[in-house]
Amino acid sequence: MAKYVLEFERPIFELEEKIAEMRSMSDQLDIGDEIEVLEQKVERLRVSVYEQLTRWQRVQLARHPDRPYTLDYIALICDDFIELHGDRAYGDDKAIVGGLARIDGIELVLIGQQKGHDTKENLERNFGMPNPEGYRKALRLMKLAEKFSLPVLTLIDTQGAYPGIEAEERGQAEAIARNLLEMARLRTPIVNVVIGEGASGGALGIGMGDRLLMMENSWYSVIAPESCSNILWRSWDYKEQAAEALRLTARDLLEMGIADGIIPEPVGGAHRFPAQAAEALKGSVLPAIRELMGLPLEMLIERRHERYASIGVWTTAG
Amino acid sequence: MAWFNRTKQNIEDQQSRDMPDGLWTKCSNCGEITYKKQLEENFYTCPKCNKHFRIGSNQYIDLLMDEGSFHEEATDLVSTDPLHFVDEKPYTARIAKGMRDTGLRDAIRIGTGTIEGLECTLAVMDFSFIGGSMGSVVGEKFSRAADISRQRRIPLVAITASGGARMMEAAISLMQMAKTSVRLAQLAEARVPYFVVLTDPTTGGVTASFAMLGDVTLAEPNALIGFAGPRVIEQMTKKKLPEGFQRSEFQLKHGFVDHIVHRKDLRRTLSRLFTLLPVPAKSQEIASNGLHARAEA
Ligand SMILES: [Zn+2]
Repeated sequence: MAKYVLEFERPIFELEEKIAEMRSMSDQLDIGDEIEVLEQKVERLRVSVYEQLTRWQRVQLARHPDRPYTLDYIALICDDFIELHGDRAYGDDKAIVGGLARIDGIELVLIGQQKGHDTKENLERNFGMPNPEGYRKALRLMKLAEKFSLPVLTLIDTQGAYPGIEAEERGQAEAIARNLLEMARLRTPIVNVVIGEGASGGALGIGMGDRLLMMENSWYSVIAPESCSNILWRSWDYKEQAAEALRLTARDLLEMGIADGIIPEPVGGAHRFPAQAAEALKGSVLPAIRELMGLPLEMLIERRHERYASIGVWTTAG
Repeated sequence: MAWFNRTKQNIEDQQSRDMPDGLWTKCSNCGEITYKKQLEENFYTCPKCNKHFRIGSNQYIDLLMDEGSFHEEATDLVSTDPLHFVDEKPYTARIAKGMRDTGLRDAIRIGTGTIEGLECTLAVMDFSFIGGSMGSVVGEKFSRAADISRQRRIPLVAITASGGARMMEAAISLMQMAKTSVRLAQLAEARVPYFVVLTDPTTGGVTASFAMLGDVTLAEPNALIGFAGPRVIEQMTKKKLPEGFQRSEFQLKHGFVDHIVHRKDLRRTLSRLFTLLPVPAKSQEIASNGLHARAEA
C-alpha cells in the first residue's frame, strides 16, 4: 500500500520497515533480541522527532490524509449515531456532518466538518470546505439540541469556508455570522474540538462554545499559513515563516488563553494510531460535557459570554 | 477571510478617499470632472454616475450626526503586538505607519450622539487604517459600542468598511468575530435595535460577524460586500466572476440587504428607522424574559 509519508516521518518509517522485514525472517533466524533493540530505537526516534516539531510540521500533520476525520471519530467513540441531513432550505452540505449521538450513555448532538481521505471522497466532501447550507444545517442541529437539552459537540477540521460563487450568492458570510450569534446564546452546553485544521471564520462557524479543546497536532488561526504568506510576503514560499508568525498550534492557543486544553495524541500522530487518538478525545470531551451539564443555564451562558469578552490585547495611550 | 489585497502598496497605502487631491477631481468611474467643493456637497458621490467614493470616519460622523452632538468614546485604545508578529516588517511598524498616515488610532471609532435629534451609538470603520482590518481594538471598541447601546437603550448603528480580520493578531483577531457576536447577542436579548450600513468594501471576518447581524441592513450603492475576496474566489474556482458580483445590488437581489441607500439619504433613512423600530421599554424586556422562563419550565 502506498503510504503518504511526511519528510520528517521518513526515518521512522524506514526503521519500521526494517523491523517488519526482520520479523518476516524471524521464523528462520534467531533475531528476537535485535528486533527488540530496533523497536526501542524506533520508539526513541519517534519521541525525539515529535518533541521537536516545528509549527509548519504540525500543520502538515493536521492535514495528513490518513488522519481521523469526523466520521472516523464518530465510528470510534459513539455507541450510536444517526446522521441528520439538510438545512431545510437549500440542500445537504456533505462538508459538514451532524446527527444524534450517544457516547458513554450521554445523548448529544455531534457536528463536524468532514474531509475526504482520497480524491473521490474529497470531491464528495468538497475538501471539507463548507457552503452556507452546511452552516445552516449545523445551526438547525444546534437548535434541536437546545430544544431537547442535549449538549453539543463540534469537531472542527477545515481549511476554510468554501470561497465559491454560489457560496457567496447563498450568503456564506451571513450563514457564519448567524451561527456566531446563535452559538453565543444557545441554551445548552457546547464543546468545540479542533481535530485537524481550524482555518478562519469557516472553522469558527461551528466553533463557538463553552470549552475549546485542541488535538495536539491541530492548528487554529485566522488564515492558513500559505495564504498568509501569499498576502504578507507576496509569495507562496513563506509558509513556514507564516506558520511561526501566526502561532497557530494547540500550545500557542493555550498560551493565548483561547484554547482550554490540549488533547494529547499518541506519539507518531493521530494518523498512525487513530483508535488511541479517539480514546484520548473521548477522555477529554466527556468530563468537559459532564461538568458543563452540571451548571445552571444562566451561569453557563454568562461564563460563555465572559470567555469571549476577555479575548483581546490592547494598550491605552493618552 | 483576511483582507485580500496582495501588494504591499495596497496593504499600506489604501486611502479612505479614492479621489485625487486638488480643486477638481475626475471620477474614476465615468471620468466626469467635478469641482471638489461640489463633490463634498454631493456627499462625496459623483453627480453624474452616482459613484460613491470611499470616505472615512470623519466624513461619516459629519454626514450623519447632528452637528456637535457626537461624543467619542474609547479614544485611547491602541493596538499592541501580542504575538510579536513579523513578516516583511514588524506589526508595530505597520500600526505606527497606519497612525501616522491616517491620524487615527485604529480602524474603528465609536461614540454617541444624535441623528435628527434621536440618540444613538455609532461605530464607524475606517478602511484607510490597515485595510479596515479587525484586531483586538476593533473588537473591543465595537463591543463597547454595543454595551453602551444596551445600557442606555439607544439604537446601535455600524458603518462597516473592512478587508477582514487583522492577520497579525492571528487567532486573537479571529476571536473578535466571536466576541462582537456575543455582544450583539446580548443587545438582541435586551431588544435594542441594531442597524448596519455596509460600505465599500466590507469583506472577510467583519462581514461574517457584526456586518451581517443587523436587524436592518442598509448598503451604499455598488459597495463590494462578501465573505471571500473576489481574487480568492477566482483562484479557487478558476471562473470569471459575473458582472456586479458581490456588489450591493447583488446582495439585495440575493436577500442579504434590506435597502440600498444613497449616501445623501442615509441620515434621513436612519432617523426614520429609529422611529419605525423604536426601542421597547425595559419592562417589556422583563416580561419577555419571563416568557422564556415559562417556556423552559
Ligand atoms: Zn462618475
